[in-house]
Amino acid sequence: MSEEFKIEIVNPEKSFLVKDDVSEVVLPAFEGEIGILKDHISIISFLKPGIIKILSKSGDENYYVEDGIVEFKNNNLSILTSSIFNLTDLEKSKQQDLLKLAEEEAGKPDISDQSKYLVDQKIEVLRSLN
Amino acid sequence: MASLDDLKKRIASVKSTQKITKAMKMVAAAKLRRAQESAEKGRPYSEKMNSIILNLSSGISDKENAPKLLSGSGNDKVHLCVVMTSDRGLCGGFNSNIIKKAKSYFAKLAEDGKELKIITVGSKGNDQLKRAYGDKIIANISFKESKHANYFDADKVGKMVIEKFGAEEFDVCTIFYNQFKNVITQIPQAQQIIPLNVENSEEDKSEDSYEFEPDEDEILSNLLPKNISTQIFKAMLENSASEQGSRMSAMDNATRNAGEMVDKLTIEYNRSRQAAITKELIEIISGAESL
Repeated sequence: MSEEFKIEIVNPEKSFLVKDDVSEVVLPAFEGEIGILKDHISIISFLKPGIIKILSKSGDENYYVEDGIVEFKNNNLSILTSSIFNLTDLEKSKQQDLLKLAEEEAGKPDISDQSKYLVDQKIEVLRSLN
Repeated sequence: MASLDDLKKRIASVKSTQKITKAMKMVAAAKLRRAQESAEKGRPYSEKMNSIILNLSSGISDKENAPKLLSGSGNDKVHLCVVMTSDRGLCGGFNSNIIKKAKSYFAKLAEDGKELKIITVGSKGNDQLKRAYGDKIIANISFKESKHANYFDADKVGKMVIEKFGAEEFDVCTIFYNQFKNVITQIPQAQQIIPLNVENSEEDKSEDSYEFEPDEDEILSNLLPKNISTQIFKAMLENSASEQGSRMSAMDNATRNAGEMVDKLTIEYNRSRQAAITKELIEIISGAESL
């Protein structure tokens, strides 16, 4: 009990996931991966495209996210994201669609450096899923 | 006095109107449940977003160099108003209430000598505003194709607002929508989204400072555009719940009124039928007497 904390993932439509027996979460933060354990210092960061790993008593889960904001405070981890998919439910076709969308965006001539970086990340992660 | 035939026809027509309003009420009730659900589900996101921004902005040391979306452009001349209404009518005072609220705000702006620009979301608002403020409307967006309010649409509006702000087309942005309280009460709201109104609520004053990665400014400049879309999305959700609620109570009233009217007409019909019979009897009797 003492090593567990609460996680809440919200997307604009609904509260996506709430769990209170999480022992560790690995987040694809903007400047590199962050592992969060209980009693982590309060932190705010945002996410780049990648995989969120949630380790908990009731089983481990992996989610693919494209963006998001993370807040950790008083052993409450909140993740706000507009696009999140559970990896076990993510179908190959959907994955391909996302990849195609990202590749299209990367091919645009007027793309800014930062969004180019994000899109490249996205492509890399999506490709590695296969 | 209308003839018996006319009355009969009127009764039939009122009855068929009643059927329509009844059906619309049922549909609205079903839709309302879903809209209300998604409005409630959408609340945590915007609340969380707000509280993070609150925490962030209270921690920001350098107010001068804060992102423009937070601090404003420094001017207060051009006001952009995003008026969010529905695409369909027959929903009671829903659209009119928003428009009324918006118009009184416009009047105040005009009094203060501010310049006004309007974006209408939803065709009903555009219809009502274009007569008086046609030259002020710079864009009209309508989401007739999408069945539910979705984040993608909200993001489109948000991006447009941010783009216009980036091009310095306005200084202050306010959105107008109906907040859903319950089925019979919707409160028209005017919410300023640019620059962001940061109220220092005392409850969430956390003493422990956050660690930021990357630094505050970067997070803020990433978060603020998202917040605009989120606020617009929230407004859209509230609006769609309000629309269905308002339609439901309007149609309920209409059904009841139609019922009353049918009763009244039926009484009138029966009275004139009796009068006609009495008249005929009198004619026969007096005819027989004169023989």
